[in-house]
Amino acid sequence: MTDAAIPAVRLQAARLDRGGRTILSGLDLVVPTGGITAVLGPSGSGKSTLLAALTGELPVASGALEVFGNPIPRSARALLEMRKGLGVLLQGNGLLTDLTVAENVALPLRTHTRLPEPVLQALVRMKLHAVGLLAAADAWPRELSGGMARRVALARALALDPPLMLYDEPLTGLDPIASGVITALIQRLNRTLGLTSIIVSHHVSETLPICDHAVVIANGRIVFAGTPDDLQSTIDPLVRQFLDGQPDGPIPFDAPVRAYGEAAA
Amino acid sequence: MAFADAIRSIGRGGLFGLTMLRGSAPTRDFLAELVREIYKVGARSLPIIAVGGAFVGLVLTLQGYRTLSTYGAVDALSTLLGLSLYRELAPVLTALLFIGRAGSSIAAELGLMRATDQIKALELMAIDPVAKVVAPRFWAAVLTMPLLAAIFISLAISAGWFQAVQVLGIDNGSFWSGLRGSVDLWDDFGVSMLKSAVFGGIAALVAAYVGFHAEPTIEGTSVATTRAVVNASLLVLVFNFILSALLFR
Repeated sequence: MTDAAIPAVRLQAARLDRGGRTILSGLDLVVPTGGITAVLGPSGSGKSTLLAALTGELPVASGALEVFGNPIPRSARALLEMRKGLGVLLQGNGLLTDLTVAENVALPLRTHTRLPEPVLQALVRMKLHAVGLLAAADAWPRELSGGMARRVALARALALDPPLMLYDEPLTGLDPIASGVITALIQRLNRTLGLTSIIVSHHVSETLPICDHAVVIANGRIVFAGTPDDLQSTIDPLVRQFLDGQPDGPIPFDAPVRAYGEAAA
Repeated sequence: MAFADAIRSIGRGGLFGLTMLRGSAPTRDFLAELVREIYKVGARSLPIIAVGGAFVGLVLTLQGYRTLSTYGAVDALSTLLGLSLYRELAPVLTALLFIGRAGSSIAAELGLMRATDQIKALELMAIDPVAKVVAPRFWAAVLTMPLLAAIFISLAISAGWFQAVQVLGIDNGSFWSGLRGSVDLWDDFGVSMLKSAVFGGIAALVAAYVGFHAEPTIEGTSVATTRAVVNASLLVLVFNFILSALLFR
C-alpha cells in the first residue's frame, strides 16, 4: 500500500549525465500517486534516460530523485529490493526466449515468492487472462506477434502487483489495432489495480487520451508539465513544434556537436 | 595503457566470477536450470568430442608406431598413447573442442540476451542475471567437462587399440598390459579429470563474461563470440602448462 499524500516520483533539481555528457538538467517534477502520467518528447530528448534514472540503472548526477518518498538506493542488494515494487515494460519486451509465455510470467513469482505451485499457476493464468492471452500460455515468444509479445511482457511486469508501472515506448513498432489494445490495457489495468503509471513515449495522439498528467521533455529539460488539456492548448513554440510535428522550430534538426572522440565514450 | 587495461579486465573478470559463485545457491530453479544446461553444453557436445577422440587416438597410434618401430620399442605404444592422452591431450583437446562448440554458444547466447533486452529485463525484475543465466552454465561446464574428457579418452584408446592391434598387428595382451602398467588412477586419470574440470570452468567463465558484457548489437555479439573462443583457448593452454608443472613432478 502506498500513501496517496506521498508522490510516486519526486525529482528536485536533478541532473542526469550519460557518457560524460549532461542529458537532462534542472529537473523538477512531481508525479502524483495514482493515475497515468505521460512523459513525452522527441526521439533522443532523454526520455529513456529519465526512465533509467527511475529504475536505478542511472544514478542522478546531482539533485534528488525519490520513488514513493525513498531515494533510489545505490547498493546492488537494496536496488534489487526496490525493483520488486516496480513493473517495467521495456520497448524490446525482454521476454526470455527459452521460456514459454506462462513460464515468462511465472518467473518473477517463482523468484520472489514461495507460493505453492497450484497457486502460482492460478496467478499466471489470471495475469494472462487480464491481457487476453490465456490461450497462448504454452506458446514460445518467437511464435508471438509484436503486439502479443508486448502484452505478455505487460503481464509479466504486473506479476508481482507493483504499485508503480513504467512503460518505455509501449506503442513503438505496433500497428494501430495493437496500439489501441495496449493503450486500453494500460488504462484498464491502471484503474482496476489502483496503480501509478508512467508512460514514456513520443506517440502523442495515442497517449494523451489515456493520461491524467503530461510532461514534455525537449532540449535537455522539462518544457511542460500539466494536464493533457493544458498541453493541447499551449502556445509555447517549443511544445507546439513537437505536438504539431513541425520540422523547423526551437528543437534543432541537427544533432548537438560533440568533441571528436566523444561519441565513442 | 594496454597493461592497465589487461589488469582492469582481469579484476573485472575476477569480480564477475565471485558474483557468479555467490549466486550459485542450489535452489530448485537453479538445479532445474543446471540440468537444462548440462544437456545443452554437455550432451550436445558429445558427437564432436567422440569423433575428435577417435581420430586423435588413430593418428597418435600411427605416428607413435612409426617412431617407436625405429627403435624396436613398439611394445611401449600403449604407454605412449595412455600417458599422452591422460596427462595432456585429452584435457586440452576436449577443452578446445568444448570451447568451439559450447563456449561460443554461451557467448553468443548471452550476447543476444543482452542485445534483446533479456538481461536488462531480469535486472528490472529484481532477478540477478549472473545468478540466473551465468551460474548454471558455469557449473554445467565444470561438471560435464571431466565426463567429456573421459569419453574422449575412451574413444581415443579404443581407436588406438583398433589401429595398433587390428591394423598394425601389435599383440593384444601387450597393448593392454602396457597401458595398465603405465597409467595411474590418481596421478594420471585423477589429474586429467581435475584439469578438465578447471578447463571447463575457465571456458564457461570467459565465454559468459565476454557474452554478458557484449555491445548490444549484432556486431557486438559476433565480436564476443570470437573473443570467447580466442581468450578461452589461450587461457586453457596457459593453465594447462601451470597445472602440468604443479601436478606432474
